[in-house]
Amino acid sequence: MPIQYYIALAVILFSIGVVGVLTRRNAIIIFMCIELMLNATNLLLVAFSKMHHGAALAADAATKVGVEGQLFVFFVMVVAAAEVSVGLAIIVMMYRNVHSVDINFLNRLKN
Amino acid sequence: MGTTQLLFWLLSALSIFSAMMVLISKNPVHSVLWLVLVFFTISGHYILLNAQFLFIVNLIVYAGAIMVLFLFVIMLMNLNKDAEPQKSIWMKLAGAISGGSLLLIFVSVVRSASEMQSKQALLKTGNIGLIDQLGKTLFSEYVIPFEISSVLFLSAMVGAVAIGKKH
Repeated sequence: MPIQYYIALAVILFSIGVVGVLTRRNAIIIFMCIELMLNATNLLLVAFSKMHHGAALAADAATKVGVEGQLFVFFVMVVAAAEVSVGLAIIVMMYRNVHSVDINFLNRLKN
Repeated sequence: MGTTQLLFWLLSALSIFSAMMVLISKNPVHSVLWLVLVFFTISGHYILLNAQFLFIVNLIVYAGAIMVLFLFVIMLMNLNKDAEPQKSIWMKLAGAISGGSLLLIFVSVVRSASEMQSKQALLKTGNIGLIDQLGKTLFSEYVIPFEISSVLFLSAMVGAVAIGKKH
């Protein structure tokens, strides 16, 4: 499968995530769109890792080129899980204080 | 067109459609369920790329743990009502236009990049995605980042409890 198809798919998913962050006001939906963007980059990392592996496989049958890309996806998932736990705790605390998850209420952080 | 190509197009169309539905749905619970579908289709792409370890980790961590956490918070705060405050139509239009121009720039860069013209992603074959290869590399060359990520998890847990508890 040409790598450009994978790039196009990941770019479309990423842009949908960007539009979601820009157009929605619910903090939880915005958070979900960030997860969507992270997943688009993960998919692209795996596709690139298989691309380099396929190129190196022709020269050496036992090559391990490309393992790093998939390990990086693993670490991205680790960081995303930690981020979600802290972020949802922040959203719960915000809901407890202002009884809404509308991000426009957060402008009081200014002063 | 082989079965693999057919599956690729099917999964891509399904993932883009459900990602759109995440945005369009008014009810946050429906958004979460569509996002779970997106994660399932991305896991399907991992299977096509023979990244079996990432397939199962994606299912367990994203579709299992993270999305259940989202659902839990939404139902805990009783947000599953349709009366969500909306941005004005101009703000939505501006957001859609800026996201669309970002997409346009990305696509034009990718189309004109000469390095990517004839490259292929290896489907179905190649054993680097198996748990045995990844585990050997993870525990030999990347053992320090692995241990640091455990510290990150500990600090995230402490942070979540410290933020979430009542004062």
